Amino acid sequence: MDASCSGDRVGAVAAYRTVLASRLRSQLQYRTSFALYVLTSVVTALAGFAEVLTVFHNVPVLGDLDLRAALLVYGLSTFGFGIANCVAGQLDTIPTYIRTGTLETMLVRPQPVLAQIVTSDVTLRRFGVGLVGVVTLVVALAANPVHWTPARAGLLLVTPLSGALLFAALFTAAGALQFWLVDASEVTSSFTYGAQYASQFSAAVFPVPLRLLLVTAVPAAFVAYLPAAAVLGLTGPRWAPGRLGWGTPVVAVAACLAALALWRLGVRHYTGAGG
Amino acid sequence: MSALTPLCALAGAGFRRYTTYRAAMIGGAVTNSVFGLLRASVLVATIRSRGGPVGGYDTSSAVTYAWISQALIAVVELFSWQEIALRVRTGDIAVDLARPVDLQFAYGAADVGRGLAALLPRSLPILLVGAAATGLALPTSPWPYLLGAVAVLLATLLSFACRFVVNLAAFWIVEVRGVVGLYVMLTTLLSGLILPITWFPPWLRLLANLTPFPSMVQVPADMLLGRLWGPQALAALGVQAGWLLAVGALGRVALTAGSRRLVVQGG
Repeated sequence: MDASCSGDRVGAVAAYRTVLASRLRSQLQYRTSFALYVLTSVVTALAGFAEVLTVFHNVPVLGDLDLRAALLVYGLSTFGFGIANCVAGQLDTIPTYIRTGTLETMLVRPQPVLAQIVTSDVTLRRFGVGLVGVVTLVVALAANPVHWTPARAGLLLVTPLSGALLFAALFTAAGALQFWLVDASEVTSSFTYGAQYASQFSAAVFPVPLRLLLVTAVPAAFVAYLPAAAVLGLTGPRWAPGRLGWGTPVVAVAACLAALALWRLGVRHYTGAGG
Repeated sequence: MSALTPLCALAGAGFRRYTTYRAAMIGGAVTNSVFGLLRASVLVATIRSRGGPVGGYDTSSAVTYAWISQALIAVVELFSWQEIALRVRTGDIAVDLARPVDLQFAYGAADVGRGLAALLPRSLPILLVGAAATGLALPTSPWPYLLGAVAVLLATLLSFACRFVVNLAAFWIVEVRGVVGLYVMLTTLLSGLILPITWFPPWLRLLANLTPFPSMVQVPADMLLGRLWGPQALAALGVQAGWLLAVGALGRVALTAGSRRLVVQGG
């Protein structure tokens, strides 16, 4: 790559590529730790899987989903979260950046802060989660009697990406709120990890006020349940009809735009700790 | 008596240290409450779908279980804790080892202080939210609370003993976050925090009962619910105490072996 004569844009891309490559290499440096990380991430996803199996060990249907449909929802949710966690999961560390003053260094660099944080640690080790999601998804697709149409196939294809965008938007919004919260950083886990948890189940499981929240302010229902309901042709519960699932990509993009706007407000609000 | 004085002082220090970060306490309580609501919803939906009690829990005892288990998280300290591991990495552990107080007991005492400090701000608000959101089915006689208090104390000590062992892995490997993460995951699943262990398929229930994890959430929660009483309650406390002794002893062995390996640069 001859970045010097191809203008700034290529130079910037090359810079990101160099940074990313070094991050990936550094993660593979401590072999035992990396292996343990991957194992942890696989076990994490399997624990969620065990939870779904445990529920269906006791009942044949939860909400409006049988085991096959529930596995489809679990697969979509976990795959989407796995991607988002690799790419945007380290937005979790913003409170540390703020406390230690590392953020000031980032603010004076000629790159967007968000891009710097995201590329600061692309966590390959977390991919185990996504892997379990993909495997579950494949098994679930084989098991579910889907009446395939081009529209349904298309929706299913964009759903993992939409789910990843939705989770990334939640992580970004959580990161933006840290500029105001500082010490109370854990509050945001309630809607990032809370959304992850809720997205593994049918929206019918949750009482109406919570369900309304999951299709609006914290759109976790759009990660997996609603698109799965649209693909399977389920009617869905009150206030969360399956037809809403067709809006998944639009909701995902809207959530990202809202999160970016919040992020910009947060960075502007930030006054530094005099580091 | 003189041996206990420094431990009491350390417990007091642990208490004060925890209560300094007020905003963090509120943040944690909010998150635990949200998860309480989500978990209670899943439990209720499952019981409704069955049309009767599941694993011995009806709707009111199941939601109470969900709220109590969320209220235990901060007291028992079920999540990530790497204080000792970080001190091993930086070499600060050498200072701890040079102190005239036993290292395991010193950190244990501070941890009991931390647990006591967490009791009011991190448990009570969650139970209040639970009472307002779904209602709580708490026992009316004093015995479950007395037994429950003992069970929560044993659970906290056991949790510390386990975290101590996990942290000492830092003597052998550079980066312990993977080990800690794995431990947190196993705790979350096998302690009964996600779902009561009586709901598990037989193979998973057997697996859970072969670990100390149910003694950290399932036992104290069932005790506070009044689901364990008489000989059953005493047996459960015995199991907790047995695990505490076993894991505590393992911690001592690991500490001795680790200290022998430890090389700290500088002076």
